[in-house]
Amino acid sequence: MSDSLSKLEKRTAYTLVLPAVLLVFAIVLFPIFANVWISFKDIELKDIRIPEPRAKKIVKSISENQSELKIIYKLRNSSLIQEIRNVKFQDKFPTNVSPINLDPRCNFQSKKVVCDFGNWQAKFRENFEITIQNNNGEIIDRKIIKSQKPILSGKADNPLLTTNFTLENFKKVFYENNFVELLLTTFYFTFFGTVGAIIFGILAAQLVNQNIQGRTYMRGILLFPYVGPVVALAYTWTLLLDPNSGTLNALLVNFNIIEKPINLLGQKYITMSILGFEFKLRLALTTIIFFEIWRYFPLAFLFILARLQAIPQSLYEAAEVDGASPIQKFIHITLPQITAIISILFMIRFIWNFNKFEDIFLLTGGASGTRTLPINVYQQGFAVSDIGMGSAVSIVIVMLLLSFMIIYFRLIGKRANEV
Amino acid sequence: MKFKSLAIFLIISSFFLTCILSIWKIMATLQGVSFTNLNITPVFLIGILLSLTFVLIGNKLNHLIKILLLSFIFSISYFYLNEASPYWYIFGVFLITLFFTNKLKKYNMQSLQEDFISEKIIFDFITLFGIVFFAFVILFPFYIMLVTSFKTQIVLLVNPLDFSLDFTKSLTELFKSYFVIFETYNFGRYILISSAVSIGTVIVTLLFAIPAAYAVARLNFFGKNFLSTSILIIYMFPAIVLVIPLYTVFSQLGLRNSIFGLLIVYTATTLPVAIYMLQGYFKSIPKEIEDAGIMDGQNWFGIILKIIIPLSLPAIASVALYVFMIAWNEFLFSLMFLDSPKSFTLSRAIQYLSGDAETPRQYLMAGSVIVTLPVLFIFIYFEKYLVSGLTAGSVKE
Repeated sequence: MSDSLSKLEKRTAYTLVLPAVLLVFAIVLFPIFANVWISFKDIELKDIRIPEPRAKKIVKSISENQSELKIIYKLRNSSLIQEIRNVKFQDKFPTNVSPINLDPRCNFQSKKVVCDFGNWQAKFRENFEITIQNNNGEIIDRKIIKSQKPILSGKADNPLLTTNFTLENFKKVFYENNFVELLLTTFYFTFFGTVGAIIFGILAAQLVNQNIQGRTYMRGILLFPYVGPVVALAYTWTLLLDPNSGTLNALLVNFNIIEKPINLLGQKYITMSILGFEFKLRLALTTIIFFEIWRYFPLAFLFILARLQAIPQSLYEAAEVDGASPIQKFIHITLPQITAIISILFMIRFIWNFNKFEDIFLLTGGASGTRTLPINVYQQGFAVSDIGMGSAVSIVIVMLLLSFMIIYFRLIGKRANEV
Repeated sequence: MKFKSLAIFLIISSFFLTCILSIWKIMATLQGVSFTNLNITPVFLIGILLSLTFVLIGNKLNHLIKILLLSFIFSISYFYLNEASPYWYIFGVFLITLFFTNKLKKYNMQSLQEDFISEKIIFDFITLFGIVFFAFVILFPFYIMLVTSFKTQIVLLVNPLDFSLDFTKSLTELFKSYFVIFETYNFGRYILISSAVSIGTVIVTLLFAIPAAYAVARLNFFGKNFLSTSILIIYMFPAIVLVIPLYTVFSQLGLRNSIFGLLIVYTATTLPVAIYMLQGYFKSIPKEIEDAGIMDGQNWFGIILKIIIPLSLPAIASVALYVFMIAWNEFLFSLMFLDSPKSFTLSRAIQYLSGDAETPRQYLMAGSVIVTLPVLFIFIYFEKYLVSGLTAGSVKE
C-alpha cells in the first residue's frame, strides 16, 4: 500500500517538475555546454546558417523572332566554408517549349528540366545556361518563363555540428586579446563596484534604521535605481555626464570647480595629484564603477536593513547602560550581526558584477578602457562576428565563475543556511 | 571638554547647513537663476554664528519665536552676502534655516556636557546629511530625465543649466516629445510588445513554477536535493554566456525577432528564482491543511488549485511582480534577438533611437520616462510585495 503510494508520489513529482526542468535545461544549461563546443570551432556569424544552393534566373532573347530564349542561371553555394552534396536542380517550362543542346547533367521530361549537379564546394559559382525553343516556332512569353522559379535542393552539414575543431580561439583569447588587461579591468570593476555598493548599502541601512520621519518613503526612494530599467538610467547618466552639454559638467564649470569640462565616460586616464603625488586614474572605468554602485547599493541596503531590524533592541539598551558610545555600539553590536550577510552579499554581488554587461555596454560600449570580459564576448561574437572566439571568452567566464562558486561554497556556503 | 564639544557641534552643524544650502542653490541654478559662486566659506561662517547664537540663547526664548527670529536674521544676512537672487530663493533659504534650527532644538549648553556628546552630534548630523545626500543623489538623475523630456535640444545646448519649465505654453507644446515618439517612432506598438512579453512571461513562469515548487516543497522524489542545489547554482550563471549559443540556435530555428522566442528565454531565466521563492513559501503552509484536502479525495491538481494557490497569494504576487520587473527591464536578450523594429521591446527601441546621433535627447528621455514610469508606479504601489520578492530573489537580477 505505502509502496504504491510513494510510487504515485514520485510519478506526480516528476510530472510537476519536469516541464520546468526541461525548459531550464534547454535554455540555460544546454547553451553553457554548447559554448564549449562552439569555442573549439572556427566559425563566424555569417557561417551559422545551413548552406543552401541558390540560383538567380536571367532570361535573354537570342533570335529576332523570340521563339528561342537563352536562360542563364547564376548558381552558387551560399556558404563560404562548406560544401553542399548532391545538388538537384529542377525548372518547369510551358507546353510546347523544349530545351536544345541540353547539358549532359540534365534531363528533360514532362515539361521539366531536372539536373543533377553533384557536389558543390564552398564558394562554388557557375553560370549555367539552357537554351529553349518553341516547338511550333511561336513567340515564347518571357514573363511566364521568368516567373517560374527553379527549385534547388542539396545536402549540407549544419555548420554547428561538423566535427572539425581547432584550438585557435583559445590561443587568440590568451595571446592576441590583451588578456591581462582585460582580466584586470574586469576585476577592478567587479571589486570596487561590489565593495562600494556594500559600503553605501551599510550607510543607507544605518540611516533608515533610525527613528526618522518618513522612513518608509526613504526606503522606497532608495530602491529606485535598482528597480528602474537599465536603458533609461544609463542614457540619463550619459546625458548628465556629457562633456559638451551635460548638466554635471555645466554645473562644475559654472561654479568654477573645474576649468574645462571633463569627458567622464570618454577619457581613459586622468592625472590626479594628491599631496604632491601624481597618479593616473582610470577615469571612464571609475565613472562606470560609480554608476554600478549607484544602481546596486540599494540591494545591499535592503538586505542589511532587514538584518539590522532583526537585531534585538535590548542589546543596544544594555550597551547604553554600560555607557557605550555610538561608535562602540556600531563596532561591537551592529557589525558582528551583519558580517554574515555582508559576506554573502559580497559574493553574490561579486559574481553578478563580474557578469555585468548592459551597464557598461550602454554607457561606453567598452571604449576608453572599460572593456571587461562580458563586453569582450559581445565584441568578439557580434562586432567582429567571430562567434567561436566569443564562445571561448564565455568559457573563460564560466571557468572563473565556477572557481568563485567553489570558493564561495567552501568559505561561506555553510553560513548561508544560518542567515 | 565643553569647548571641544561646542566646537564640534558648531562645525558639524554649520557644515550640514552649508551642504543643504548648496544643494538648494544648485537646484535654483537649474531653474535658470544665474549663480556663479557657491559662497561656501561665508555661508559656513554665518552658519557657525547661527548655531552659536542658538545655543547661547538656550531656553531664554520660546523655541518657535527663537527659530523664526534666527532664521529671519540668517536669511537677511544670506541675502546681502550673496549675488542677486530672486525672492522665492531667499524664501527657500528661510524655510531650510527654519528646518535646520528646529533640528538644533535638543542642543543647549547643558546637553553639550553629556557623555559622548561629540560622537552623538556627529552621528546625528551624519544621519541628516546622509538622508539629504542619498535622496539628492538618487532622485537627481530621475529629475533630469523627466525635465529633459519636456525641453528641447536647442534650448539645452544654448544653456545646459536651464531646466525651468515654461507652463505658459500649451500642453501639446509641453508634451511634444511624447507625441512625436508615439507618432513618428511608433512607441505605442513597443509599449504593447513590452507589456505582452512581460505579462506573458509572468503567466508562463507561474504556470511552470507553481507545480515545480510544490513538488520540491512537498513531495519526495529521487534527485530532489540535487534539484534544489542546482536551482541555486543556475541563478548565478549570467545571461552573457548564454547569448552566443542561443543566438545561433535561434537563428537556425527562425526564432529571432519573435516575441515567442523572447518569452521562452525570459521564462527559462526567471524560472529558477520563481521556484526558489515559491517553494520556500509553500513549505511554510501547514501540512495538515493539505491532508484535509487529500481526505476529501483531491488529487495534486486539486490540492494546488484549491489549497496551495489561495493560501500563497502574497508569495505569488511577489513572484509575479518580481518576474514582471525583470522581463520589463530586460535588455541583453532583446538587444541580441530583435533586429527588426517591428518586434522591438521598449528598452530595445530606446537603444535603437540612441543609435542615431541625430535623435534629439528629449525624445530619448521621453522614451526613458515611458519605460521607467510603469515600473516605478508598480513599485510604489506594491512596495511591500516587491520588497519581499527582491529580498528572496535578489541572488538573481
